[in-house]
Amino acid sequence: MADQARPETLREALAILSDGGRVAAAGCTDLFPATESQTLPGAVLDLTAVSGLRGISATARGWRIGATTTWTDVLRADLPPAFDMLKQAAREIGSVQIQNAGTVAGNLCNASPAADGVPPLLALEAEVEIASVNGARRLPLARFIAGPRRTALRPGELVTAVHVPMDTGKGRSRFLKLGARRYLVISIVSVAARVVETDGVAEALALAVGACSPVPLRLTEVERALAGRPVGELAEALDVGAVHAALSPIDDVRAEAAYRREAAVTLLRRALADLTGQGRR
Amino acid sequence: MKDTGAIRLTVNGARHDMIAPPGRRLSAVLREDLGLTGTKVGCDAGDCGACTVLLDAEPVCACLTPLARAAGGEITTVEGLTDETGTRLKAAFLRHGAAQCGICTPGMLMAAAALLRRDPSSDRAAVEDALGGVLCRCTGYAKIVDAVLDVAGQDRPVTAATGAAVGAAIPRLDGGPKVDGTESYGADLFPAGALLVRVVRSPHFAARFAFGDIAAWAPEGVRVFTAADLPGENRFGTIPPFADQPALAEGCVRMRGEVVAVVAGPPEVVEGLDLDRFPVEWMPEPPILTLDDARAAGAVQLHGSREGNILIAGRVRCGDPGAALDGAEVVAEVAIETPFVEHAYIEPEAGAAWMEGGVLVIRACTQAPMMDRDDTARLLGLPPERVRIIPAATGGGFGSKLDITLQPYLGLVTLKTGRPCRMVYTRRESMASTTKRHPARLRARAAADAAGRLVAMTVDGDFDTGAYASWGPTVAVRVPVHASGPFRVPNYHAEARAVHTNNPIGGAFRGFGVPQAAILQETLFDDLAIRGGFDRLAFRRVNALRDGDRTVCGQRLQGVGIGACLDALAEPWRDALARAEAFNAAHGGVRRGVGVASCWYGCGNTALPNPSTIRLGVTAEGRIRLHQGATDIGQGANTVIAQICADALGVAVADLDLVGPDTALTPDCGKTSASRQTYITGKAAEMAGRALRARILAMTNMGEDAVIRPEPGALRVSDGRGERRIDLVALEPDGNGYVLAAEESYDPPTGALDESGQGVPYAVYGYGAQMAEVEVDMGLGTVKVRRITAAHDVGRAINPALAEGQIEGGIAQGLGLALMEEFVPGRTENLHDYLIPTVGDMPEIRSILIEVPDPEGPFGAKGLGEHVLIPTAPAILNAIRHACGARITRLPARPDRVLAAMREAGR
Ligand SMILES: Cc1cc2nc3c(=O)[nH]c(=O)nc-3n(C[C@H](O)[C@H](O)[C@H](O)COP(=O)(O)OP(=O)(O)OC[C@H]3O[C@@H](n4cnc5c(N)ncnc54)[C@H](O)[C@@H]3O)c2cc1C
Ligand code: FES
Ligand code: FES
Repeated sequence: MADQARPETLREALAILSDGGRVAAAGCTDLFPATESQTLPGAVLDLTAVSGLRGISATARGWRIGATTTWTDVLRADLPPAFDMLKQAAREIGSVQIQNAGTVAGNLCNASPAADGVPPLLALEAEVEIASVNGARRLPLARFIAGPRRTALRPGELVTAVHVPMDTGKGRSRFLKLGARRYLVISIVSVAARVVETDGVAEALALAVGACSPVPLRLTEVERALAGRPVGELAEALDVGAVHAALSPIDDVRAEAAYRREAAVTLLRRALADLTGQGRR
Repeated sequence: MKDTGAIRLTVNGARHDMIAPPGRRLSAVLREDLGLTGTKVGCDAGDCGACTVLLDAEPVCACLTPLARAAGGEITTVEGLTDETGTRLKAAFLRHGAAQCGICTPGMLMAAAALLRRDPSSDRAAVEDALGGVLCRCTGYAKIVDAVLDVAGQDRPVTAATGAAVGAAIPRLDGGPKVDGTESYGADLFPAGALLVRVVRSPHFAARFAFGDIAAWAPEGVRVFTAADLPGENRFGTIPPFADQPALAEGCVRMRGEVVAVVAGPPEVVEGLDLDRFPVEWMPEPPILTLDDARAAGAVQLHGSREGNILIAGRVRCGDPGAALDGAEVVAEVAIETPFVEHAYIEPEAGAAWMEGGVLVIRACTQAPMMDRDDTARLLGLPPERVRIIPAATGGGFGSKLDITLQPYLGLVTLKTGRPCRMVYTRRESMASTTKRHPARLRARAAADAAGRLVAMTVDGDFDTGAYASWGPTVAVRVPVHASGPFRVPNYHAEARAVHTNNPIGGAFRGFGVPQAAILQETLFDDLAIRGGFDRLAFRRVNALRDGDRTVCGQRLQGVGIGACLDALAEPWRDALARAEAFNAAHGGVRRGVGVASCWYGCGNTALPNPSTIRLGVTAEGRIRLHQGATDIGQGANTVIAQICADALGVAVADLDLVGPDTALTPDCGKTSASRQTYITGKAAEMAGRALRARILAMTNMGEDAVIRPEPGALRVSDGRGERRIDLVALEPDGNGYVLAAEESYDPPTGALDESGQGVPYAVYGYGAQMAEVEVDMGLGTVKVRRITAAHDVGRAINPALAEGQIEGGIAQGLGLALMEEFVPGRTENLHDYLIPTVGDMPEIRSILIEVPDPEGPFGAKGLGEHVLIPTAPAILNAIRHACGARITRLPARPDRVLAAMREAGR
């Protein structure tokens, strides 16, 4: 019990992890609430001292967001407008206290259906960089999150970074979150939208919805139907039936399923309207 | 870094080498190992922010920070908040009355300090963002935000001259320790060598159980106690004739969270025990979880003597509503359903116990020290004199801390082992096992004549009182008395029943069922007004009780302030309606609405004695001691009672030394509930002050207007004509060590209610009316409350700043009740699934204090503590309906329900 390792290099971290039986820990904002114990239970691998894991950098192929980058780091980073939605999500995660500790990779690995970081990263077509003593691999985020509270991580593997390709780091973006109160609230529905506009036409767009399915979803069908249209028409042209068909929300203490479907449509429309200069409502 | 060797921490500039597990919560290390108890723990889950500290100048939750992460960084706690920003912040918090119970204050201060150090000129939006992660259940946040925005303010705190304490907005007398982190709450005392106490609770709503081999399970040094070890009568309850709750279940449990065993031992051992492995075999039984199931024919009866699972029914009848309803011009009917509501004070139950001579001392959070003493003594088989209750500073109560919780477990362990012990509930334990606001299912009909005068009303309803009686009888009795609202209703029938289920216990929560009844009555009155074509405010004004009117109980009233409250809203109402109309004409996607609701509330027990006794004593040294037994759970009794007493005696507030509350030191002032302390204890304080003054004036032969000034060893008494000195050293001290003393008791003059609920249930009522302005998002059904204008008749505002603080805090709870709070047993036993308002959810609040003096209250004062939340929820619901047509009958008004109701209304 209470066995905690806090290595300073990735190599060391991967070696410790390869012995098995350890839980990776970053901001602990998901790990600690899961226990009433005063000490993190079990054997823990604390990633927050590992050098090179924290921070956002521009690379030749895009952007690299280190695994232990906190939401506050995201908020303070200098990033193009395609990342506005990620910043807007960062600002909505819990509270300042939570944003100061919680990390991007932690949010992905926790794999909550309502994780606010996921819809924007889906809409950025982020790839997850994974490492183990046996080497590194990359997975598209949509494949990395395998189900509610499940990821594609194998024993001995860590997330080391999230990459956003140059191609999809384009356009303007918007994140909207619906919760039952202003701060510290789990999303009833969240949406992320990114639109790349050329000459008044949506050359490319990406839409994602959180908290309305076992894992947050990209709405590829809906996007396809909208691509190539004049941006001013996007909100109106959104195919409600297709959105509803893609989602599979549940009833819970926060809201009923039917409401979630309807709210997702409303939020998507508003996000698109915001992005394309129609203003709200 | 491996978990060998010490971890170096820098806290408030000092270095410490900690021998502790690297994965330990920083909050535990700070509090337990370093004794820095200014950092509070409310949830251990990041949800409340009470544990906020600065790590390298950034606010973080200490409860989510493993010790190893803090190593190498600079940690600042409230104890280290001594720079200029910190000092100013603390002063501003005190000046503005930003701390009520004070449990959230350290976290608020840290969050605010982090912001102001970064940007000293932050605006309101930035302040809200910065404080969004710290919950406060008492203040409604208004004074906290004001304090942060006014951190540079140079104002001096208000002071009061001798004889002018009543009416002065002086800062709370006990505020200093609350803003510097030194206030000591139940969890903040660590007696040397104390055993740690935990309990084994039922995970089932209903079950029989049998213990396995406990001796084999218990590690060395760990003791286990069960019902068989309890020396006294295993039964308690706040209302003795209904006492039905075991401290330790015997063979069967009737609710989740019910305790079956107490485990105590060395903290390091007990903390790590997995109580899920405790040897108890559960045999679950089908639980009764709904009112329908409880009342169904043939339903299992939870308590032998209570047929049909009905604990009690309360009734009030006057006139003949049936006939009046039949012939009336305008008739309306509503049915509403409200859920369990959790008190959600930020401090989970906590305390410690030890022996002092032959006396068992229990220091824990509480609202009712004498009741704690008597109940605990009975459970432990001790005479009451052998139990002493020292109330710890209490981090919010709102009714729930009237019932005993951990007192018997602490007492049992110390009694059986002779060792001191301590216990702290986890957030989950606190939410799963303590009392809640009763869910209500209510129906009412009412009628008015063509002129808009009420002619009749009927009310019928069931309250889910859960597994045990607690305050169920009070709710059932109070509701029929109050369900008419402060209005003339000539023909009235009301019945309310408290019904047992296997749900959590419905107990006392600010208003004892009256808030639920007000939701019913006030939404019904909107229906009537709308149907009859009357202005909604005018309709209430026409029907408001006036001096000399009789209530539905036949009581003739004096000092009635509801008319004045409604009048105070007349202009704001017209303006708000005009503003909403203009806004709605220009917008479609969001619509604004305005709603109004009123309240009245009888102060003190319903038609039952509830005296308070105050002792005043002068020592030979010339100190005047006020023995004040009313627990101040943040509402301000310590300050208000002293203000009343100071003016009655004719000395300055600063001349009074406060003593207590402590069952060994203070006479009984009853419980802090039913909005009774300002009125009843205040009255006793006024009487004691006047009695002592009369003695002093008689001794010195001075006139009525004489001024009394204490000085070392003497009292100096002067009137315009001369001055006398009482040499205190020359006087013989009494049994309490006082050379001069007065002790006075006051019990409100009430009368029993007859079969039809006719009589004099209360001697004093307080009144209020609130207007809510809301904005509804027509696409999402979300509701933003923009402004609440609250007019409350307090009789006399003893301390206007504290009164305002009560109003703002009550409104926050009323807003939660209206929009977001819903406790689902077994499902929302934490502060991230159970939502209470954050700073960002609060409207602008305008308080209007109305002073229609009550002939009975001290200096004309009436109670206020519960009144303030009663009109909020119905005012908001009425405003929602005005905005978008949505008639919400099932609370809370979640966005999905608002949207559905909007559709139903055809919008
Ligand atoms: C009060 C509160 C409010 C919150 N509000 C929100 C909110 O509004 N929206 C939201 O989306 N979330 C919210 N959260 C959840 C949480 O803060 C986020 O999910 C956060 O991003 C998690 O990051 P972390 O570093 O703290 O994760 P940790 O708790 O450290 O870890 C979470 C999980 O990820 C694993 N893990 C972490 N890093 C790695 C890695 N590099 N490689 C492999 N596995 C890893 C851990 O083993 C663990 O299973 C809230 C949490 C709290 C306590
Ligand atoms: S105790 Fe840390 S946030 Fe509540
Ligand atoms: S003063 Fe904020 S919780 Fe009591």
